[in-house]
Amino acid sequence: MGRGPGARAAPTAGAVPVKIRVDPDKCQGHARCYGLAPELFSVDDYGLSTVVGDGTVPPELEERARLAIANCPEFAIDEV
Amino acid sequence: MRKTAPVTEWGSDFDVLDPDYVADPFGIWDELRTSCPIAHTDRRGSTWLPTRYDDVTAIAHDIEHFSSLEVVVIPFEGEEPEEPVLPYGLPPISADPPLHTWTRRLLLPWFSHHRVESYEAMTRSLCSGLIDGFIADGRADAASDYAQQIPVRVIAHILGVSPDLADTFTGWVRDVLEFADDHDRRVNGVQGLLEYFIAEVAQRRVHPGDDLLSELLQTSVDGAPIEDSLVLGAAALVLIAGVDTTWSAIGSSLWHLATHPTDRKRMAQDPDAMALAVEELLRAYSPVTMARVVTTDIEYGGCPMKAGDKVLMNFPAANRDPAVFEHPDEVVLDRAHNRHVAFGSGIHRCAGSNLARMELRVALEEWLRRIPEFRLDDAQDVTWAGGQVRGPRQLPVLFP
Repeated sequence: MGRGPGARAAPTAGAVPVKIRVDPDKCQGHARCYGLAPELFSVDDYGLSTVVGDGTVPPELEERARLAIANCPEFAIDEV
Repeated sequence: MRKTAPVTEWGSDFDVLDPDYVADPFGIWDELRTSCPIAHTDRRGSTWLPTRYDDVTAIAHDIEHFSSLEVVVIPFEGEEPEEPVLPYGLPPISADPPLHTWTRRLLLPWFSHHRVESYEAMTRSLCSGLIDGFIADGRADAASDYAQQIPVRVIAHILGVSPDLADTFTGWVRDVLEFADDHDRRVNGVQGLLEYFIAEVAQRRVHPGDDLLSELLQTSVDGAPIEDSLVLGAAALVLIAGVDTTWSAIGSSLWHLATHPTDRKRMAQDPDAMALAVEELLRAYSPVTMARVVTTDIEYGGCPMKAGDKVLMNFPAANRDPAVFEHPDEVVLDRAHNRHVAFGSGIHRCAGSNLARMELRVALEEWLRRIPEFRLDDAQDVTWAGGQVRGPRQLPVLFP
């Protein structure tokens, strides 16, 4: 089924900004990402989540981005 | 009262209505996960019970082989009553695409994050008013006096039906879900709900309001109004799906706090702990099990499933799977990695999950703000309902 545990985010050296994306085919509107990091995601009326802007994560929100990745029940978020 | 024979072989003859299972299913799931991860029974028809996270989520995503045309966990005993008014059941929950897709889109905006925020103030005032009613007594039934009273009134508000009928609605929903193995009660619940909504639909055709029911009646799909049977089914679904479920989550969470003083103190003292704690309580005490029906003979996980067999979507057991959750039987209020599936997985993700989360959070916030210290009243029994929805039905607590 290709639904194994999500890829763990690799630790970054700090210089390269983290960038994330939401796979619209996998997102089912659980809104866990929005609950954990409303600065990084927006949800529409149908629950579909999208990244704010181009998905670049400010350094101070990297931990929250990783939380969002680790809590999505659909494995729909990953690092680009 | 025990209605069925005691279970001795959980792998081959399980019964989700067994009193031991209803009271404490966790150990049974642990044993099944290692010995027989997809259990089977012939009680109430050939039915499979997966207990591992990966199996439950994989089956939830395989809508080709596992249909939602039958989602009730406890099938009708005896002859199925004629229900010509609901030929599609309760879409979208009882539908597969394409019917599922467009009926779900009609409902989702009513339960969006944005819309749910607009229900928060009335939910908070409702919770506070309920507490006003018993706080001076130093005791209450946290299930029947509190948890049970909250979601039904919020749902009534959304549907635009009278909150004065809350107890009647609750009775019908319990007849349908909780007493599903009692033929007469189930018929009574279905009839009550249908007759009520048929009358409400007729009234809203003449006097539309600013509510979900009225909007459904005024919506066109492909240039035609939605069939009455679909409006009725969706309205009944919103009530049925939004009452027992959330009330059970609130009740189980209060049971946990009444029996775990350290967690209770932490949540009462640290409002910032609430967001992660709500997810953890949803994981540990997931109330809802749904069903699927096998569409064609298929071997899954070594199990020879036949077309027409049922599979119980054991989301509560998936959420206790040690392969996915460290120390799954411990409630870790600040659990950071919590990919729980309390609201399901795949295209049938609970459409009301934003609402349920808000209701659970607000119900706990208001209770803990007013009653930060409470414990079980040992002189009285805690009782649990199980089957499709698990949660406490009597939860006597003291807060002297």
